Amino acid sequence: MKRAAIAALFFACLVALWSLAVASGRWSAVLLPSPEQVADYLWGALRDGTILQATLVTTKRLLIGYVAGVALGLPLGLLMSASQWAEDTIGALALGFQTLPSVCWVPLALIWFGQTEGAMLFVVIMGTVGSVMIATDLGARSIPPIYARAARTMGSEGFHKWTRVVLPASLPFLVSGMKQGWAFAWRSLMAAEIYVTILTGFGLGHLLHYGRELNAMDQVIGIMLVIVVIGLVADRILFSPWERFMHERWGTGHA
Amino acid sequence: MGVATAPIQLRLAPAPPKLVVDRVSKEFVTKRRDVHALDDVSLEVADGEFICIVGPSGCGKSTLLDIMAGLTKPDAGKILSKGERVKGPGRDRLVMFQEPALFPWLDVFGNVMFGLKLTPNLSQAERKERAQHFLHMVGLEAFARANVHELSGGMKQRVALARSLAPDPDILLMDEPFAALDAITREQLYDDIQRIWQDTRKTIVFVTHNVREAVCLGDRVILMSPRPGRIRKEFTIALPRPRDINGIELARHASEIARALKETVVLEGPQ
Repeated sequence: MKRAAIAALFFACLVALWSLAVASGRWSAVLLPSPEQVADYLWGALRDGTILQATLVTTKRLLIGYVAGVALGLPLGLLMSASQWAEDTIGALALGFQTLPSVCWVPLALIWFGQTEGAMLFVVIMGTVGSVMIATDLGARSIPPIYARAARTMGSEGFHKWTRVVLPASLPFLVSGMKQGWAFAWRSLMAAEIYVTILTGFGLGHLLHYGRELNAMDQVIGIMLVIVVIGLVADRILFSPWERFMHERWGTGHA
Repeated sequence: MGVATAPIQLRLAPAPPKLVVDRVSKEFVTKRRDVHALDDVSLEVADGEFICIVGPSGCGKSTLLDIMAGLTKPDAGKILSKGERVKGPGRDRLVMFQEPALFPWLDVFGNVMFGLKLTPNLSQAERKERAQHFLHMVGLEAFARANVHELSGGMKQRVALARSLAPDPDILLMDEPFAALDAITREQLYDDIQRIWQDTRKTIVFVTHNVREAVCLGDRVILMSPRPGRIRKEFTIALPRPRDINGIELARHASEIARALKETVVLEGPQ
């Protein structure tokens, strides 16, 4: 309760500072809209469905791309951990993907797929797959060998070993890798949406882009807030349950 | 406690050996030097027998256990389990390691169920019942839903014991399972393991460097010497059970074996 109160106070102070800055009149209202203007925009855009529509479009792209990225990255990461050849070849490739800022895929995606949903998904998948591969590989390689030995003596082999021993044992690495993959997917999608206009659906990135074109800074700041909130909510829904499970089972997180 | 219940007659009947180690040799080739871990080791373990293998570190006793488990392949020789040649790990020979090797992503009950779920011809209800039974046997039924990290070292080893016993292996292989525990916990586990052995009549091969422990638990104590790893001597321990680790008779046996152990070390030299 006390922590929530302190946090609320902190953000109230931030908004107050913002209002003060606007009231000082040093910056033009076009550049720096007041909190009320931003709230007005958000309220209006919520009521006419703009934000809901854009959020749906964006999260749909994000979820499909992310799930595809994980579905590709997880088995490839396991393969990398099991074979030195895979590690030296696709492992190096994954590391390269991870180093490359995912917005760099946008020009290529545009040429290959045109202004389509395919281009969006491509960028999200390329942003996700590398970090999921690397985290899975690292996780599977960091398992204490004693687990594998114990599992082997009890008759766990092949598919059973991978799904019941290797994957759960590397859960701490997997969750952080999935989180990183999620962050990359989110960033790359926003970059792609700001960059590319697609007629099949206007996402949050497009709203940001048009806000800039129309010099509507209340829209820009309002949409930025929406993006932050979605990121936080996704973290809560997607990863918090896993992290709680992990902390409870492994006894971590209480240091 | 205090009542000697060992039905010695049971073990007088000559049964075919449960486990045969037949002229096993193993060498480890490393960059610095070749280690002759085992040299022509032969051994027979009878059904229901409790065998302890002692020796100084580096005598190959853990390697021998790994080979029995099928986790390591011998360079020469073979292992027979119930007359069949061992080709790899198998449910008939479960291992308890020095570290508990419990899976942190499962709770205590889940850990005991792990091996059971891989045991064919059991219904799910039977599996649960057996997991419960063996948790009760090691005195941890109240901790079925506890997480592994919440247990003490001794409790973890009890869970590991229940996990190895639950799928009903023919042979239980134990690799210094109590070495990392404190003395008080260990003494309690000596009582428990003797009670459980008398209840289940499992065939047990127990590796340790602790001579007293070996005398306390084993029907026979096999003394190994290092470089190359060989069986040096064999002692039959005819003390009544349950045995007290601090008993005077036990100490006498232990000092005899300890002397023999010292001779092997002097014989081989310090390096």
